[in-house]
Amino acid sequence: MSGQRKLDRRGFLARGLAAVSTALLGGCEDLSNQSWVRRVLDSAETLTRVTQEALLSQQALAREFSEAYISREFKANGSTNPDDADYVAQAKNGFADWKLVVGGLVEEPLEFSLAELRTMPSRTQITRHDCVEGWSCIGKWKGVRLSTLLERVRLKPQARYIVFYCADALGRTGTAADKYYESIGLADAFHEQTILAYEMNDRVLPVAHGAPLRLRVERQLGYKMAKYVMRIEAVESFIPILGGRGGFWEDRGYEWYAGI
Amino acid sequence: MSDKEIIYRHSRAVRLTHWINALVLLVLLMSGLQIFNAHPALYLGQASDFDKPILAMNAVRTEDGLKGVTTLFGREFDTTGTFGLGGDAANGYQRRGFPWWATLPGHRNLSMGRRWHFFFAWLFLLNGLVYLLWSLGSGHLRRDLAPSGEELRHVGVSVSEHLRLKFPKGDEAKRYNVLQKIAYLLVALILLPLMLLTGLAMSPGMDAAFPFLIDMFGGRQSARTIHFIAAGLIVIFVVIHLVMVLITGVWNNLRSMITGRYVIEPTEKRP
Repeated sequence: MSGQRKLDRRGFLARGLAAVSTALLGGCEDLSNQSWVRRVLDSAETLTRVTQEALLSQQALAREFSEAYISREFKANGSTNPDDADYVAQAKNGFADWKLVVGGLVEEPLEFSLAELRTMPSRTQITRHDCVEGWSCIGKWKGVRLSTLLERVRLKPQARYIVFYCADALGRTGTAADKYYESIGLADAFHEQTILAYEMNDRVLPVAHGAPLRLRVERQLGYKMAKYVMRIEAVESFIPILGGRGGFWEDRGYEWYAGI
Repeated sequence: MSDKEIIYRHSRAVRLTHWINALVLLVLLMSGLQIFNAHPALYLGQASDFDKPILAMNAVRTEDGLKGVTTLFGREFDTTGTFGLGGDAANGYQRRGFPWWATLPGHRNLSMGRRWHFFFAWLFLLNGLVYLLWSLGSGHLRRDLAPSGEELRHVGVSVSEHLRLKFPKGDEAKRYNVLQKIAYLLVALILLPLMLLTGLAMSPGMDAAFPFLIDMFGGRQSARTIHFIAAGLIVIFVVIHLVMVLITGVWNNLRSMITGRYVIEPTEKRP
């Protein structure tokens, strides 16, 4: 084989590789927008959820840390100061008139004031908060177990998900369609560490971190842990709610199961 | 021509898992960079000490306008156009870690990046398991990859031959040489499993199921950093691997990884 031909072949190979990679990458770009590709890629979410549910016993706890690990700066992400008029008014008088509404598929819908929640048995935990973006912060949370509230209102047998409606709107329009909401399954809802926190690092929960009440779901990512929780609803399916995918970020493409 | 010998070098299982792995690693790398770009900074320990990243890529406003600044162990480097800040004045600047041509999708889209990453992570796991189980069962690992004591003693000779671009011919070319064996074993048994374990250690669900994942790497943020470094090492391996494929007979190498057949050049007999 002559040197010239060898060079031609190399040039051909290099051009070929470039063409293949462009096609592949450009292809992936186009592919991302096709619904069947989305469905195939989404199948991994189900696989991940089913696998993690199989590996995670109901009792398995997220790691709890000692006080020494508490982050000096706990990043406040998403909404940090809701401008909803009702919320602003309630914040002004220290949430004295605020009430958490618990309803939906329950035997006895109830409302709880902040003072009532504070008199109920509490749980304190120092846990790691993992943001979907990649960073982690460690904070100390005190609150009432979600299971305590659910046992008070008694779920109907059809109830499968617990939905949290929030005061903040993260979307562009600031209307009801852009209000933050989240949902979790019953396994997480009744988990020992799933609490509605009213204290953070031994202080009243600050507005930036979701005052007066934020959800902690310690075995999932940060976006599941709704801040500014106003109302809780037990439902059979979250498909009829807003975008139908079970949460604000879920409606915008993120996984409902955020254990990874 | 008569003394050229064609051998069957790569079994079907090796060829198939090799190409699947190549595609899967490319998608994992690019979608991984997309995920990294959502927070282009690395830390050590359990949580993020935002004041002390060991690596960070930021866009910083200076007197001369926006600059891309990469901080590595506290030292700052101007990386405008490469890391931290892309684009230009005419078309607009973009704040980002890695350039968008290196990510999947090719613009900021964390949720799609995650979907690509986790789907291909499952393929990576299944393909890797098939390869490892087959390698153990068929004897590939013991026969073709495990270096003998004799080979290890002469590793220095092999290094010096490689540096002089002198590669095995004849009977010696029928086996992987000792440097190949070491490189492939490091990648297959250490780096790739490390990617999987550090990846799982970043999952809050897996951390609750297997708390040793957190301790193994000294915390979730350390695991994320190790994940990034190991990915970089795999990229370095692939670059060296491709260079070696090119300079040791690209067509012969490619054919052997496609059809399995590999031509053994006779040992040099100068006319």
